[in-house]
Amino acid sequence: MFEILGITSQALFGQLLIGLINGAFYAMLSLGLAVIFGMLNIINFTHGALYMIGAFVAWMLLNYLGVGYWWALVISPIVTGALGVLIERFMLSRLRDLDHLYGLLLTFGLALIFEGLFRQKFGSSGLPYRPPAELTGGTNLGFMFLPNYRAWVISFSLVVCLGTWYAIEHTRLGSYLRAATENPALVQAFGINVSRMITLTYGFGVGLAALAGVLAAPIYQVNPLMGSNIIIVVFAVVVIGGMGSILGSIITGFALGVAEGLTKVFYPEASSTVIFVIMAIVLLIRPTGLFGRSS
Amino acid sequence: MDKSAMLKVSGLQAWYGESHILHGVDIEVRQGEVVTLLGRNGAGKTTTIKSIMGMVAEREGSISFNGHETINWPSNRIAKAGIAICPEERGIFSSLNVEENLLLPPTVQPGGLSVEEIFTLFPNLKERITSQGTKLSGGEQQMLAIGRILRTGARLLLLDEPTEGLAPVIIQQISRTISRLKEAGFTILLVEQNFRFAATVADRYYVMEGGKVIDEIDNAHLEQHVDKLNEYLGV
Ligand SMILES: Nc1ncnc2c1ncn2[C@@H]1O[C@H](COP(=O)(O)OP(=O)(O)OP(=O)(O)O)[C@@H](O)[C@H]1O
Ligand SMILES: [Mg+2]
Repeated sequence: MFEILGITSQALFGQLLIGLINGAFYAMLSLGLAVIFGMLNIINFTHGALYMIGAFVAWMLLNYLGVGYWWALVISPIVTGALGVLIERFMLSRLRDLDHLYGLLLTFGLALIFEGLFRQKFGSSGLPYRPPAELTGGTNLGFMFLPNYRAWVISFSLVVCLGTWYAIEHTRLGSYLRAATENPALVQAFGINVSRMITLTYGFGVGLAALAGVLAAPIYQVNPLMGSNIIIVVFAVVVIGGMGSILGSIITGFALGVAEGLTKVFYPEASSTVIFVIMAIVLLIRPTGLFGRSS
Repeated sequence: MDKSAMLKVSGLQAWYGESHILHGVDIEVRQGEVVTLLGRNGAGKTTTIKSIMGMVAEREGSISFNGHETINWPSNRIAKAGIAICPEERGIFSSLNVEENLLLPPTVQPGGLSVEEIFTLFPNLKERITSQGTKLSGGEQQMLAIGRILRTGARLLLLDEPTEGLAPVIIQQISRTISRLKEAGFTILLVEQNFRFAATVADRYYVMEGGKVIDEIDNAHLEQHVDKLNEYLGV
């Protein structure tokens, strides 16, 4: 046990852990946004709602079909990703040749519709979702108590984020993606169906959001408003990291979660605004974001 | 018409939005030939090449490749039928290294060159294999842009001004490469401003102006037509 500035190590590490957890969600959500932005050039305002739907799919699987957490972790991203595929295929793809503003408006409208539907059906007080039996309890690390489920969320989301980064930067499929981000017409002229790639990329980004939603369900409860609560912060993360940068969104996501947690320890009054303050400073100094390439 | 025409373009029209660029282009390329499109800046050479590749959204008329009418096909389907493009701006991807750029175009048919054979044609590329694509010199980028479409098995290559802005030694190297590709059985439709260069490789020339073909010249008769060509090209 030790104290810094009158703060116990327990409080410090406790907030650090919460920061890492929030950071894991920021990272997964802003990663999905970055992937989608890279290929489709739109800011996907539906992202928060799809994260919420991901959590609800897990909740419904459990309560309507008796399907538990581990299966939900697989099924929910697929189901929600498929919804994303339909959104891209039947709505967004029609807007491809128009100004990006239209895509933004469409996704914003969809977010409001999804949120409204779930509020109508489930109210806005939040439904409990218990962590899986395998991950209840915790480990005493000596300097703090680490709940197993939280350790799992942090490590699993790190693996997912780094796996996604690796797939994009170091595989054949990833090179198609990067190339199509730069020059879709030429990639298509080499024989690749870019249109299908765009649809699947959107579905993948949505799947990531849903996966984050399932991970979040046992921590924050399942609530129709959970998406709009987190998404504003995630957009700030995206702006700070730089639009479209893959590694940038992962690092920035975790780092800002931690920054938020530490602020809560040392200056709690600022904890909910610190990210936006950082965003304003970054925008002034580096308008393309910390990891963004100016184009 | 000649039955052995691999590519037959007739009455091709093309638009970029409101502007009508091609006004009925007629071109034929036979199996194994090197055919060159000549013409001043803005004559419509690139637009013709891109229309053949399916990269111009609004096109009308007929483009027949190996007997298939491709005028309404999307570019990825045209690529799979065996046509590959080396675009005027080269189109090297900056987020891909040389190796990734080289391996990007998927194989569409068997019979393409191996990566080793491409390195024999362009030894520079082998040395720069891990460099970022756009960090290469202009000449090396051109080699990469040509090299990557040789792997795919495409039999008709569309090369848009491969010598533009390059030093004479590199132009010679590209000229030798085109000759070798011709020997290897590739069919090539080449865009060139410089008919002195084209003369080293071409069998026939089409001269374009104002979105139309205005003349056709055989390589055998090139010398007789030099004055006329100079006039066409405004040299
Ligand atoms: N993307 C585009 N949008 C609108 N007009 C275009 C576009 N690309 C080309 N044009 C116009 O079409 C005409 C033909 O252009 P094209 O590029 O086919 O000529 P070119 O013969 O290849 O010329 P160069 O020798 O300069 O490459 C030009 O007048 C050009 O301004
Ligand atoms: Mg041109």
